[in-house]
Amino acid sequence: MSSAAQTSQQTSQDLLLALAGITKRFGPLIANDAIDLTVHKGEIVALLGENGAGKTTLMNILFGHYVADEGTVTVAARDGNLEQLEPGAPQAALDAGIGMVHQHFTLAENLTGLDNIVLGTEPIFRLRRDRTKARAKLAELMAGSGLNVDLDQPVHKLTVGEKQRVEILKALYRDARLLVLDEPTAVLTPQEADSLFAVLRKLAQNGLAVIIIAHKLAEVLAVSHRIAVLRGGKKVGEMMTSDADHRSIAELMVGREVPVSRRIAREPGQPVLTLSDVTIDRGDSRRSLHGVSITAHEGEILGIAGVSGNGQAALAQLIAGLDKPDHGSVEIFGQKVEKFDAHQFAQNGIARIPEDRHHDGMVGSMTVAENIAIEDVRNAGYQKFGFLDFEAIRKRAEHAITDYDVRCPGPDAPARLLSGGNIQKLILARVLEKSPKLILANQPSRGLDVGAQSEVHRRLLEARQNGAAVILISEDLDELLTISDQIAVIHAGHITPAMATDTIDRSELGLMMAGQKKTHHAPTNQKTTTHSGETA
Amino acid sequence: MEIIDILLAASFWEAAIRIATPLIFGVLGALVCERAGVLNLGIEGIFTAGAMAGWMAVWLGAGLWAGVLVAALAGAFFGLIHAILTVPLGLSQHVSGIGVTLLATSLSYFTYRTALPDVSSPPRIEPFRPLDIPFLSDLPFIGQALFSQTAMTMLALVLVFVTGWVLYRTPLGLAIRAVGDNPSSVEAQGLSVYGLRIGAVVVGSSLMALGGAFLTMSAFDAFFFGMINGRGWVCIALTVFASWRPGKALIGALLFGAFDAFQVRLQTEVGAFLPSQVFLMMPYILSIIALIVVARKADYPKALLVPWFKGQR
Repeated sequence: MSSAAQTSQQTSQDLLLALAGITKRFGPLIANDAIDLTVHKGEIVALLGENGAGKTTLMNILFGHYVADEGTVTVAARDGNLEQLEPGAPQAALDAGIGMVHQHFTLAENLTGLDNIVLGTEPIFRLRRDRTKARAKLAELMAGSGLNVDLDQPVHKLTVGEKQRVEILKALYRDARLLVLDEPTAVLTPQEADSLFAVLRKLAQNGLAVIIIAHKLAEVLAVSHRIAVLRGGKKVGEMMTSDADHRSIAELMVGREVPVSRRIAREPGQPVLTLSDVTIDRGDSRRSLHGVSITAHEGEILGIAGVSGNGQAALAQLIAGLDKPDHGSVEIFGQKVEKFDAHQFAQNGIARIPEDRHHDGMVGSMTVAENIAIEDVRNAGYQKFGFLDFEAIRKRAEHAITDYDVRCPGPDAPARLLSGGNIQKLILARVLEKSPKLILANQPSRGLDVGAQSEVHRRLLEARQNGAAVILISEDLDELLTISDQIAVIHAGHITPAMATDTIDRSELGLMMAGQKKTHHAPTNQKTTTHSGETA
Repeated sequence: MEIIDILLAASFWEAAIRIATPLIFGVLGALVCERAGVLNLGIEGIFTAGAMAGWMAVWLGAGLWAGVLVAALAGAFFGLIHAILTVPLGLSQHVSGIGVTLLATSLSYFTYRTALPDVSSPPRIEPFRPLDIPFLSDLPFIGQALFSQTAMTMLALVLVFVTGWVLYRTPLGLAIRAVGDNPSSVEAQGLSVYGLRIGAVVVGSSLMALGGAFLTMSAFDAFFFGMINGRGWVCIALTVFASWRPGKALIGALLFGAFDAFQVRLQTEVGAFLPSQVFLMMPYILSIIALIVVARKADYPKALLVPWFKGQR
């Protein structure tokens, strides 16, 4: 990358931001340990690290939400002089031209994009709003950056990618000179991510400095000039992107070798679950399915690729027995399902890893042990004279905690204290201990760091090896291509026929997820699929 | 047919607008609070406090408009209590609101009884007179229906326009609508979530109190126990009916006023056949039906009832 070489020779007069020796302690925990970081004008720096590595703490110090115990934050003022930023003053950071795009957008959905951008930039007690100047400035910004979005639409009508553009425009409108993006691609399709990167490159050429906080490697390699890696609160490495490679950074982040998940070739067995021409019409494309036919086989992982909000929720509800189709049929082990009942489905060996693990996967105020037993309290093994047998429940929990490496203070700790990765391990333990016939895994590794992600993949592959069928609903192409045997694409409630993973081209998959193009691979070993989910 | 005659009479519309006036104040107040994300169930008590405080100020010798101001301040006081409990402290808006209603109602009765321990019939004040605007009040039909109301009714109608203007045409209104949808959007832009919400609840509560003041200082000339009689709760329902829009709030309040005026007239026409309670129920039943038709698709402010804490997302 030629621009990377350029920035390495940048002189100190291009220096925009310097964090020096930042240390922050929370009680005995050292969240940031003497971290140094510099950013120059026109430079894109990727800040990499696993969850809990200290990225967020560092950015919170930069924005004045926290005060560092030691160290200084220096920002070049607009006239070029280096000035120390007042600690603990968010307004000072805003005034210094530091803009932030949070992972969860801070937009009021009932207002237009323009209103969201202008909000708070004009004196509040005024009889009128004047939008002409704002429009002119934004037109200029949009032309200069390629951030095109209809600013007169209410935000709730915009796509996720467009909302992100509004967020970036919001920062630029306030004359941001440094833009910090927190996990910007987590919610985007591959195509949207590419166009975001194009925008960021253009903005950097115009002199904007950018920090991208990320834990996905491929993306930062594509867009950044320089990479800084945090682990356990320390900066463990910094390199030019041109000198970096995927594997070495991953190891630097995790601090050990990351086991690579590989599928071991295996003949698929009998069909476990067959959906034939299933239609669920709820009047809303997010919650509807149209003529869907898929089959999950024993010992096979069937990936359902798609941008969330395209009918995955309806599919997941159906497979869990929480909803019934308007048309079409569902067969479990060749038996047509007549009664759609979640308990019945679970009895038939269907287990689920829910999409929202905090909300649907556990009860935060109950203990770890109770959460592990919660789906099986009707089993005789957990009862004694009709009452719960807490000793048995605890015993099972202790086993699960050891076997699945759930990091927690113990079986009696409230589950809400666990981190996302450990909650997912807890759910995996609950699901897999029962040796289910079919596992419905809905976005199982979303938001998890590299280590926890590889653990989820390993467990799913292990279940597949033991003969379980897995339906993996995911937006993450890397995940889908690594562990699925077959991949079908879901878009606007339609699902394409499943394609063997080895025959799939990555960029084509991205286009199909965006609903732009439908190519029909011959269904490979979809023996029972007679009519496919034809889309219009 | 008599029903047509009822609906065409100017006196019917005069009554409908008069009955609607306290509701207009109340709905405007409730929607200002809810637009900022705070449900204010203190409304019933704030109505009582406004009715009591305004009336008592005039009875003690203050001018009528001074009484209106005292009522607004009483509303602001109870609004501030509700705001502090629900905004920075983040307590349940339902519980706090009902608490404020009980407190404000009881305090009003207590004050009244303490000031007037021995009166058997409530003392009267000289209330607002119907306006007599040259030319306008002499117009046929509309002159009687609209331009012969009291000054407080005119104030309510003007406030519909003012509230709409502030909400949709000014930076302040923009910020209030934003804070009721996603407080983080306001915070990220450097505005104070607490400031906006507390301000909206205090101002909204003052508006509610004016509705109470109208009853003792314009519709009647004295304060009675139980005189609010659920008007506050009607306003909470009308706010949903109005989809949180001032213009629709006016329509909703007028509709309710018309139902109420209609049932009184209907009682005298066909009262012999049915018990009077059936007629008294009518406006409420019709409101419920209207609410079912409209509110099924209601687009609630998304952050309504959701407490927000600084530094938490």
